[in-house]
Amino acid sequence: MARITASVYTSHVPAIGVAIDLDKTAEPYWQPLFAGYEFSRQWMKDNRPDVIFLVYNDHANAFSLDMIPTFAIGTAAEYRPADEGWGPRPVPKVVGHPGLASHIAQSVIQQDFDLTIVNRMDVDHGLTVPLSLMCGKLDPQEGAWPCPVIPFAVNVVQYPVPSGQRCFNLGQAIRKAVESYDEDLNVHIWGTGGMSHQLQGPRAGLINAGWDNRFLDRLIAEPQELAKVPHIEYVREAGSEGIELVMWLIARGAMPDVANGQLVGPAPTVAHRFFHVPASNTAVGHLILEQN
Amino acid sequence: MSLDKPYLDVPGTVIFDADQSREGYWLNQFCMSLMKADNRARFKTDERAYLDEWPMSEEQKQAVLARDLNRCIRAGGNIYFLAKIGATDGKSFQQMAGSMTGMTEQEYRDMMMAGGRSIEGNRRLGEDGDAQPHRQPQGAADKHHEGT
Repeated sequence: MARITASVYTSHVPAIGVAIDLDKTAEPYWQPLFAGYEFSRQWMKDNRPDVIFLVYNDHANAFSLDMIPTFAIGTAAEYRPADEGWGPRPVPKVVGHPGLASHIAQSVIQQDFDLTIVNRMDVDHGLTVPLSLMCGKLDPQEGAWPCPVIPFAVNVVQYPVPSGQRCFNLGQAIRKAVESYDEDLNVHIWGTGGMSHQLQGPRAGLINAGWDNRFLDRLIAEPQELAKVPHIEYVREAGSEGIELVMWLIARGAMPDVANGQLVGPAPTVAHRFFHVPASNTAVGHLILEQN
Repeated sequence: MSLDKPYLDVPGTVIFDADQSREGYWLNQFCMSLMKADNRARFKTDERAYLDEWPMSEEQKQAVLARDLNRCIRAGGNIYFLAKIGATDGKSFQQMAGSMTGMTEQEYRDMMMAGGRSIEGNRRLGEDGDAQPHRQPQGAADKHHEGT
């Protein structure tokens, strides 16, 4: 049986990708940020999963305003890095896991979540920056990500985005789907985006470190309560783009200590926690939770 | 019955909701076209002619030509789409975000290095934070612009 053994949470700021691609990670501006991920790169080597289920959002790259799926699951064999306007990131292609992805799609739809199934799309920095942070720099041709990845894109661009509660419930459905897959696979689920940031208007540059750190505390200890926080609090306290944080609740809801909306099992171990301001316009948060 | 929009009292912020998206459809789709290198080149060669290929409003076209991102957003633009214009111009997200505050690039960068914009006074219209309407523009970017 497949099982979810760990969840990883991280911001996915595009400038972090640029810093990695242009070998700027040792510069004084970036060094403290990348130091916070040294543990994580070693952890990835020591705890290599068979599949990563990666929750992220597309930033007007795979999806324009022609189609705006709220939840989209990638069932393709592979995905190319998107040209977001600066040219594609020089990173390896992302290999998918069509078998598990299609299984999850069918199971989760049968649990009343209406997913959009995507058989062809490019993946943007929302997906590739977390991979780079956790796996380090890889040669685009010779290198390869450590395992197949299932991209799961959430609309957080056009309001209203799905609620925190809906995301938390969806995570539980995803875990049920994973656990009904016959093959013995070790699956990690990642929630990405955030933390506080605003990229528009006279309030651009907003950072709310106090709110962010309470979010981390609550995500670990009482996600079922955190899930009740309404959209407007994210917008007001964490900035218009800080609403990306609802995606972290999908990953948290998929951890095995959660069932029927409640905490039922032993709490996960916090293997790593990191917070840093700034990366470009954004507060960077990062957690690794291991199942017990 | 009208929709509930509890976010209208957040200062210095336009939420990209269904109404904004409808108004900004062609502006944002024009931005998407700049993901192709050929289109970026054609746009750079003659911006006005390229914009005239799109059924955008004159206000939207003028906002793009002026690279006034606040004006683009008021006209229905969304920052992730508008970022394609910035990419075409060789601008980073930080430069784009900063351009909407009235600060110079250095002023904005210094604010971020110092921990970012404070939430205090910036939660609701009517408070006295630096993102409030009566505190605009925030920096010396306009003065600098007039001086050059």
